[in-house]
Amino acid sequence: MGKIVLNQVTKSFGDTQVIPPLDLTIEDGEFTVFVGPSGCGKSTLLRLIAGLEDVSSGSIEIAGREATQLKPAQRELAMVFQSYALYPHMSVRKNIAFPLKMAKMDKAEIDRRVESAADILNLTDYLERRPGQLSGGQRQRVAIGRAIVREPSAFLFDEPLSNLDAALRVGMRLEISELHKRLSTTMIYVTHDQVEAMTMATKIVVLRAGVIEQVGSPLELYNTPRNRFVAGFIGSPKMNFIEGALAAEHDAHCIGIRPEHIDVSATEGSIQGTINVSEHLGSDTFFHVNCEALNTTLTVRVDGEVGFNRGDTVFLTPKSDLIHRFDEQGLRL
Amino acid sequence: MATQHSRTAARAMMAPAVVLLLGWMLVPLIMTLYFSFKKYLPLRGGDLGWVGFDNYVRFVSSSSFWPSVQTTLLIVGAVLVITIALGVLLALLLDQPMFGQGIVRILVIAPFFVMPTVSALIWKNMFMDANYGLFAYLWEFFGAEPVAWMSQASIQSIIMIVSWQWLPFATLILLTAIQSLDSEQLEASEMDGATTLKRFWHIVLPHLSRAITVVLLIQTIFLLSIFAEIFVTTGGAFGSKTLTYLIFQRVLESQNVGLGSAGGVYAIILANIVAIFLMRIVGKNLDK
Repeated sequence: MGKIVLNQVTKSFGDTQVIPPLDLTIEDGEFTVFVGPSGCGKSTLLRLIAGLEDVSSGSIEIAGREATQLKPAQRELAMVFQSYALYPHMSVRKNIAFPLKMAKMDKAEIDRRVESAADILNLTDYLERRPGQLSGGQRQRVAIGRAIVREPSAFLFDEPLSNLDAALRVGMRLEISELHKRLSTTMIYVTHDQVEAMTMATKIVVLRAGVIEQVGSPLELYNTPRNRFVAGFIGSPKMNFIEGALAAEHDAHCIGIRPEHIDVSATEGSIQGTINVSEHLGSDTFFHVNCEALNTTLTVRVDGEVGFNRGDTVFLTPKSDLIHRFDEQGLRL
Repeated sequence: MATQHSRTAARAMMAPAVVLLLGWMLVPLIMTLYFSFKKYLPLRGGDLGWVGFDNYVRFVSSSSFWPSVQTTLLIVGAVLVITIALGVLLALLLDQPMFGQGIVRILVIAPFFVMPTVSALIWKNMFMDANYGLFAYLWEFFGAEPVAWMSQASIQSIIMIVSWQWLPFATLILLTAIQSLDSEQLEASEMDGATTLKRFWHIVLPHLSRAITVVLLIQTIFLLSIFAEIFVTTGGAFGSKTLTYLIFQRVLESQNVGLGSAGGVYAIILANIVAIFLMRIVGKNLDK
């Protein structure tokens, strides 16, 4: 039902091409996350799918229908905006009912759908309030409610959690994931936060400057990043990259080691270094180790309680089977 | 302690301004009230003593009173409707990206800088004159009989002139309100299937309600007392006499200060009725 196919889609603003020809298929029921640094074109791509921007060339097919020339409303997609874009002068009930009212649905059916959406999202007690009287998380839920009542063929989310505080963000992340399980509708989610991408997605699309760098499941991207950019973007803290002699030992221009794939020891190991900064998170500890021989700083992730402190000399040993190798173009070897 | 002291100091420093403004307001008000109970004819004997509510009764029972109240309300109402309706449309238009936006916006505001007397005279002589006015040429071009605006359509003429003067004000305030509308709201409503007209009705207009309220209030205050536009055009003839103008005639043309003062008190009452009425509607709107 909700399969979305982009075929050679491009977008230019004036003379600047922000999205070079791009192909992408999103299968029905997939939770696809577009992730990338700011300005990479992920929001533009979402707006092209939504119909809020017109493609410069190429075609878009939604749910088996040619949709390139269709107006946003005719594409049967629902979107949740970064600012939620709730209508401030309408009650929660009217906000949620608005798309149905515009579709000239009959009153009884509108009421039924609004009640059921409110029920799913725990908004029943707030239906008569205005958006201004709600908390950030509740507003977010109203925005989602307005999207689900239409029973669209796909949901589009444009950085919906970026205005929430950290604790609420984790909660909403779960709620959206649960919602996806419950509705099993196609969802496209745009974010710059790779943690959101990793935790929610069934498929991640990594974008850079309008170009798709890699498409795959979260673990595929984590385990076999196609190039240095994806390797550095996915995973937190970031992957360490080492060039030079040590990389040459592994027959590569550059090697990448994730912080969690390095063993730390006080007495023996392949790389010697001094702990520059240590960040204690309780469950984990991150060390930023200054390695003079390599002329770089490596990030190491170890268990919460280890006996090292700032200034200590430590020896690091990368797990040899988990080293990523890249060539001069930054492509995976 | 510090706040206590600074509060006292603040009061002391504000006092001169407050006293001055209060005096500025109270002295004329009290003098109007004082004269309204007197028979005072400057050129026919001066102060002829207290007459109680005589002036009030005479002012109301004059055949010009109710027509002048009607004219006042008609002009104020019509100008409000015209400026707000056209103001919303113009604001929508000016909000569109276009070439020379800055200059166009300044030009739109320009009429507001023209003095009422000047603009009314320009309208009267340049556009509305039945012989050599531009409208007369236009009417003749289409083969119609030129309209003698000042005599045949006096109230309409004044409404046109005053609307022209106040349209920039309404446009300006409504334009800033439109610019503050979150574009994501419009996009959301577009995704929700609202047509352009419905978007205007359900999203833009409610967003503007607060600005419209402000325009309504401020304009009403100023429109209730328009005078120059009538003075230089019809001179109060042909049914274009407002309450303000009637008071002017009583005081200056009939040289009856007492009678005019009583009219002034009625004008205060009328303005307050309108104000309370407006505040009721407006208060609801501003609370949101």
